[in-house]
Amino acid sequence: MKTIQFNKYYRYFGSLSIILIIISLSFLFFKGLNYGVDFKGGTLIEIRLNNSDHSVSKVRDVFSKSNLPNLTVKNFGNNKDYIVKFQKTNLDNPEFINNLKNEVSKSFPNINFRRVENVGPKVSSELLKSGIIAISLSLAAMLFYIWIRFEWQFSLGAIFALFHDVIITLGIFSFLSLEINLSIVAAVLTIVGYSMNDTVVIFDRVRDNLKKYSDLNIFDLTNQSINETLSRTILTSVTTLLALFSIFFLGGEILRGFSFAMILGVIIGTYSSIYIANPVLVKLNVDHYTVVKKEEDKN
Amino acid sequence: MLYFSKIKIITIFLVTIFLSYLTFSNLFSFDDKLVKNKINLGLDLQGGSYLLLEIDNQPIISQTLQNKLIDLKKFFNDNSIKVKNFSIENNKIFFESDLMYVDQVQSNLLDKDGELNPYFEKFKTHQYILENNENFFNFYLSDYGIVILNSSSLDQAVEIVRRRVDETGTNEPNILKRGNDRILVELPGLDDPARIKSLLGKTANLTFQFVSLTENDSFGTEVLKFDNGIDEAIVSKRIILNGDNLVDAKPRMDTQNNETIVSFTLDRVGAKKFGKATTENVGKQLAIVLDGKIISAPSIREPIVGGSGQISGNFTFQSATDLALLLRSGALPAPLNIIEERTVGPDLGKDSIKAGIISLIIGFSLVVLFMIYKYRIFGLIANLALITNLFLLIGVLTLFGATLTLPGIAGIILTVGMAVDANVLIFERIKEEIKKENNQIIAFDSGYVKSRTAIIDANITTLIAAIILFLMGSGPVKGFSVTLGVGILTTLFSVYFIARLLSSIYVKSNKDKGKLI
Repeated sequence: MKTIQFNKYYRYFGSLSIILIIISLSFLFFKGLNYGVDFKGGTLIEIRLNNSDHSVSKVRDVFSKSNLPNLTVKNFGNNKDYIVKFQKTNLDNPEFINNLKNEVSKSFPNINFRRVENVGPKVSSELLKSGIIAISLSLAAMLFYIWIRFEWQFSLGAIFALFHDVIITLGIFSFLSLEINLSIVAAVLTIVGYSMNDTVVIFDRVRDNLKKYSDLNIFDLTNQSINETLSRTILTSVTTLLALFSIFFLGGEILRGFSFAMILGVIIGTYSSIYIANPVLVKLNVDHYTVVKKEEDKN
Repeated sequence: MLYFSKIKIITIFLVTIFLSYLTFSNLFSFDDKLVKNKINLGLDLQGGSYLLLEIDNQPIISQTLQNKLIDLKKFFNDNSIKVKNFSIENNKIFFESDLMYVDQVQSNLLDKDGELNPYFEKFKTHQYILENNENFFNFYLSDYGIVILNSSSLDQAVEIVRRRVDETGTNEPNILKRGNDRILVELPGLDDPARIKSLLGKTANLTFQFVSLTENDSFGTEVLKFDNGIDEAIVSKRIILNGDNLVDAKPRMDTQNNETIVSFTLDRVGAKKFGKATTENVGKQLAIVLDGKIISAPSIREPIVGGSGQISGNFTFQSATDLALLLRSGALPAPLNIIEERTVGPDLGKDSIKAGIISLIIGFSLVVLFMIYKYRIFGLIANLALITNLFLLIGVLTLFGATLTLPGIAGIILTVGMAVDANVLIFERIKEEIKKENNQIIAFDSGYVKSRTAIIDANITTLIAAIILFLMGSGPVKGFSVTLGVGILTTLFSVYFIARLLSSIYVKSNKDKGKLI
């Protein structure tokens, strides 16, 4: 197989990634994330109407009779299925949801309430906190694992790649105003695992090659390692994406956000393993003696 | 790496058969004494309600302090220790003593063997903390004192919640303590939790108090509203009887005026108290008070000495049934707030299962076809490993009676996508080795050896993510972390035992046929 000169574009893609990170951060900072009821508190109701001559505005009109703060109505699938969200929680009155259901049923006699989620402000802030802790903890755990298994330079490369993936994925979610809920946190954690997985495979090869060739400089050596593992990188991304696209298109509304985040993460994670993790090794001037010296020390 | 001992082969075979058997035991309900476990469907798949309740402990703390204050007063009085100006503010009891009694107050309240303020040797703390500024004291619950108070009220509340839920006849409810002040209630199959919510939202504190005509009553009086929220009555603060003395309550039809009523039976102590009070107060109105609201206030026409009585009050049959249920199951120690509620209707659950299974089949088929296209015979081997992996994964989940959620199904599909990674890594490495090595067996062997560290490292990183998700996640997301984590372990098993065994058989019997991969 012919060798692709990945390293010719290190600088180019490095700048691109920095720009993307800056754009993502400014989106996250200025626009923020669109938190779902899990993290913001509030109520989500999924309804199905029995015939399709309805519209978002009609559903909104019916619900807005009940004076619901921050009411949003979203249609999905066909004209029968809607997701209604609002900020009010029924903590002060346990009958609230029931009354609302009765009220709405007057206008839509054959309505089917398929899902009701109601999260109080205390629980939502706890969920948000534990979500942030989970992501931070997993980043720290990955760092620590790589640090034990590899040299610190590798650890730094891996962590740059991870931050890159998480920030850009969240940035895209902010840009598209996609909802962040518990399953997105699960997706982000899985992305962290996947991206790491990818980086580790390439790093493992880099380390092998560093031991083998003392004369090759790191710039060319990373390129050779990327090429040697390239077919695996592509194959695994393809099979994972096949599974994810299957969930995205066929898995239903509840899993759509999750699978979308994962698809983004797999693509970005594959890219960052090549164009973020490796250039860091180049910048840090890793060479034959970085890995060999340690082995000799051991003996 | 291509050598397998006979015992190893047999073990692999048995493990695979056993777990596959478990997998299929989920599909067919054969009567089985060997394995009773089945995969449980999460609430998001079978439909049902999830409620998180938080107990409001402030009333309990206030009540405890109030009682303690009475104990203290009595104790100081009995021992002729002069203290005065008792008050309770911010959960602290304040009082002052004469200057000459300061030492006595301290020695009595900090006595490690005393009854007034128990000392817990294990935690090196009293139940209450005493602070003073000369002769001004404050006395309040220590952290541990609050912990034991909360945990006992939580235990009590869980018991009451369980009774109430059981009484409604809900199928297999799951009621668990969560942390110090929360109760998790899972109600499979229940698509409208309105009734249970309203049952759990009531403390159900029942008291019998006489209606006072004047506000001057030796026990003090309070103005309470009737259940309709409009009428009011002045009632004595003296509690004749409360729900603790109730042994049974039933809804009943009063045949005389066709009204639904709740009849109740009292225990011996209650019957005695009730008999005495009603005998002495014939003609007075007795208010029946539930959670601070008067249900009804009938006049006592004759003494009630039999230990049973009835409550009337504009009930429908449903509300009488609910009241009887609440009275039977007892009062909660403190009010419960519903802080989280998630309900999934049964048809959405069915749709989710269908969507999950369809995407699993499609995702699986795509991966299988891709692998065959890419690796031919070795793709087939990888696919056999993948199918076995799926059986192993579901088998292990069955073994532990794990709960399968929609994100859990997503985790299985993702495992399918990522599971081939290890085989791909090995096959690619073997391809490289074959370029330098003519002996097929040696090439395969070193392919397996050289790819091992990368595979282990790569899988451990994903496993770390899964473990953290398991520890931090809740509900359906936890289901995802379980399938993802177990999936990694079964993947390693299927790759290193199943696929490697199959490859070794194939390679050994075809070693002279040139390039195999």
